[in-house]
Amino acid sequence: MGTTNSTLSKIPNVEELMQETGFTPAHIVRLYDRFEALDKEKTGLLRPQDFGAINRLAMNPIGDRIIGAFFSPGQETVDFHSFVRILAHFRPADKKRPKDPSMPEPVNSRTSKLKFAFQLYDQDKDGKISRAELLQVLRSMLEMQVTEEQLESIADRTIQEADLDKDDAISFEEFRKSLEKVNIDHKMSIRFLR
Amino acid sequence: MPALWHSTFFLVIVLLAISRPSLASQAGNDDLQMGTEHRTYKGTENGTTNLITTLPIVTWNWQEIQFPYLVALWILVSWLCKLMLQLNPSLTSVIPESGLLICIGWVLGGIIYWADKVQTFRLQPFIFFYYLLPQIVLDSGYSMPNKLFFSNLGSILVYAVIGTCWNAATLGLALWGCWLGGAIGGIDIGLLQLLLFGSLIAAVDPVAVIAVFEEVHVNEVLYILVFGESLLNDGVTVVLFNVFNAFVSLGGAKINAVEIIKGIISFLVVAFGGSLVGVIFGLLISLLTRCTKNIQIIEPGFVFVLGYLCYLTAEMLSLSSILSCTFYGVCCQKYINANMDERSVSTVRYVMKVFANGSETIIFVFLGITAIDPSIWVWNTAFIFLTLLFIFVFRFIGVFFLTWILNQFRLVPLEFIDQVVMGYGGLRGAVAYGLVVSLDEKKYKEKNMMISTTLLVVYFTVMLQGITMKALVNWLKVKRAAQTERTLAEKIQNRTFDHILVAIEDISGQIGHNYMRDKWNNFEERWLYWLLMTPSARKSCDHIFNIFHKLNLKDAMSYVKEGERRGSLAFIRKETKIDVDFYKKFGANFSEMMPYIMTENMGSDHVPVSSILWDSMPSVCLDMHEQDLKMRESEDVNAHHLLQQHLYKGKKQHRHRYSRKHLEVNKDKNEVQEIFQRTMMSRLESFKSAKIGVTPPKKITNHLKKDQPQKMPNGKSTDNSKSHAYGDEDGEFSEGDSASGCEAADGSFPMRACRGAGIVNPAFNAEMDPMPPMQQIPPWLAATEVDSSAVVPSQRAQLRLPLTPSVRSSPRGHD
Repeated sequence: MGTTNSTLSKIPNVEELMQETGFTPAHIVRLYDRFEALDKEKTGLLRPQDFGAINRLAMNPIGDRIIGAFFSPGQETVDFHSFVRILAHFRPADKKRPKDPSMPEPVNSRTSKLKFAFQLYDQDKDGKISRAELLQVLRSMLEMQVTEEQLESIADRTIQEADLDKDDAISFEEFRKSLEKVNIDHKMSIRFLR
Repeated sequence: MPALWHSTFFLVIVLLAISRPSLASQAGNDDLQMGTEHRTYKGTENGTTNLITTLPIVTWNWQEIQFPYLVALWILVSWLCKLMLQLNPSLTSVIPESGLLICIGWVLGGIIYWADKVQTFRLQPFIFFYYLLPQIVLDSGYSMPNKLFFSNLGSILVYAVIGTCWNAATLGLALWGCWLGGAIGGIDIGLLQLLLFGSLIAAVDPVAVIAVFEEVHVNEVLYILVFGESLLNDGVTVVLFNVFNAFVSLGGAKINAVEIIKGIISFLVVAFGGSLVGVIFGLLISLLTRCTKNIQIIEPGFVFVLGYLCYLTAEMLSLSSILSCTFYGVCCQKYINANMDERSVSTVRYVMKVFANGSETIIFVFLGITAIDPSIWVWNTAFIFLTLLFIFVFRFIGVFFLTWILNQFRLVPLEFIDQVVMGYGGLRGAVAYGLVVSLDEKKYKEKNMMISTTLLVVYFTVMLQGITMKALVNWLKVKRAAQTERTLAEKIQNRTFDHILVAIEDISGQIGHNYMRDKWNNFEERWLYWLLMTPSARKSCDHIFNIFHKLNLKDAMSYVKEGERRGSLAFIRKETKIDVDFYKKFGANFSEMMPYIMTENMGSDHVPVSSILWDSMPSVCLDMHEQDLKMRESEDVNAHHLLQQHLYKGKKQHRHRYSRKHLEVNKDKNEVQEIFQRTMMSRLESFKSAKIGVTPPKKITNHLKKDQPQKMPNGKSTDNSKSHAYGDEDGEFSEGDSASGCEAADGSFPMRACRGAGIVNPAFNAEMDPMPPMQQIPPWLAATEVDSSAVVPSQRAQLRLPLTPSVRSSPRGHD
């Protein structure tokens, strides 16, 4: 525990971070160790190359997108707080949280998780997933042998199914609605981040 | 098909008929010199050769040839049984193959018994332990997923050691209690003998476990736990067996604290000694393969011979031979795979599977045959029933209790369904039978009763539990949310979630075991590689990714400059004739290296233990894919079908399938390769586009249309250049910002993030592109033009993606 405390003291604003994200001190410490391990130059900030050095991500079809999600628009680096905040999205939801409308939505609630997923699609951040953006994602997740026509037909049908206001794009609400049957909490949670 | 059944049956009968006369005559215990007809060269035995009166054209030499003939015949018959089973796939889906083989064994045993009135063939312990079991263990060790195994080693050891001891002790004590209470009847047995019986029955059997878990695919963690437990508990079983055997010989009176302490020490010695023997032999074979470059043709043979010697050495020293063989395989796999030629590696893998599969088949058939022998049957209902009951109950109690303890320490706790499957999957098998038959009758008056009980336990667990395992899983699974009809959006999104999760897991890393892992990796890289691997293997084991990272910017620049210099000829490639040299040099290595990348050297990252969430992938599944049951409109069907077929599976679905029957998960390897190449190329693209943004366009547009194989200045430079896309200190990353293509400043290379440089679709050919050259703007200039026309028509499957960053003619959406 001594090391935990000493590590914790190295991190600025750690109380606030824990409050916001809901991580326990042990988790914060672990994540900090990970952060430092990734931050090879010890600058205290992570760059895309640092993420790129994680070999396995190269084998993920949307790995680069996810790396991108860590960086706020315009930013080239990510600090520990942002790092933890993003990861906090993947905490399993606290089942016993009282529904208090006055409090801000916790970062690992269903809505927040969905927002994170939505942002992966919506690269230009206009609040809608356009057909082009959907095609991009599909292209990356489908094998090379799928032809253009097939790809477009899938994209078209997907939009057709989900697009309720017929603007040929999927807004966040439509996105959320199309996934109402999916157990987001299970699908977007990592147990060891509990 | 019925014809085939009949013919094989007939064949079997014929074979048995042939063997009958030999057996009948063997009853007289004649030696090979019997008979009036000899080949004359056998005339070294004096005397009897002179009875022939004329030159025999053909002689009947059954006596000499008998032993090898019977052996070969029985192997053939056993394997034919397996063949027969394959003819009826619906049957094998209900009853596990091992159970069916036992049934066939019963039939065969019945035939022999009816023919000979005595059971002439049985599973001899000697044959079992020395000729049939080693290959199975060897195969298990060699194909063991090392990373997974060692990550879970703690849990595995807990289950193997404590679990087995618990099972043995409770079973023995419970039976003793029942005996004292008179439930079993007045048999001549004592506490020690019952404890011995408990110890040999308690062990979960690797052979049986694999056989059943083949049908029921479970997640990798659960798999490795049960499988690892079944392998490692041999150490405990052997010790307990020997200790109790010795105690029985000593007699109850002489057991005091000293003996008990000796027992515990012997456990440690046997277990660690056996493992040590295995490790030593593993080192030997690694060293050996280092030098066998010139005799590649018999290189594979060494692996088997040394493996067998390892087994026998451990037996000789009365250590645990299963442990030694397992560790032999575990230790040597990486090094021999690296050292040996590719074909040798394939040979080794394949032959191991052949032997293991063959042995397993023979074991199960003979387990069946052995049963048909009235002389061994002593039916003690209470004993049998109680044994079965206690095995079951205590196994579950043990599993739940131990899991509860382990869950406090494990990163990812084991779920209830996991525990149920683990408890239920505790099958007993031939090892128990082998041990019980090797008991001395004089010491164990009730040996036959124990044999009968053991056989029944084996049959029960293998067949009943094997059959019902699927049903049980089904039932448990059904309690979860039913698989409803899914929309396209849901399907896509589910897969996206899988990928996201895998990525986040990789990013957040395996927290906790890092330190030990890193130390081991360092040690390994520093000493073991140098010692055990050939220099060339060592070099290529610097896995590709590191190569990417190491190479410097200069190469990329020079590549690009080269292309510019060569003008129109450079950045071209033909659709079909991808630069052969380049591919062969690098691509072939690349595909070879993929296994390494996938499985072993991931630098500081390694497979997270937390591979599965609760519901995203139920831990036990019966290989049922999403059911698209309802009728849909045809377009819908197409789209769904397409998704089903072609979505990349996330890493979670690349479950490690250790299978006795199948060799590799080749498809996943290709998929991973493809994804990897795409990612690398896209990174290179974005890097390059950022860099080259300054180049005037007109030079570049010329490059587009010609098809020529391009010569890379250095076969590796392309991929090298990809490396600094991410590995270079100078590089900077500008994100989300789409129009950064032209902002490249010298000395810093802002790369465009997730947009812009398209996927280099190798299949995309300039020819395919309908747009005239002048309209085709290289991506680094057309950074802003990412619109719906951006997606490139992809061509048919060409897994051979050239690793050259060819120029595409139209900007593409990138990912």
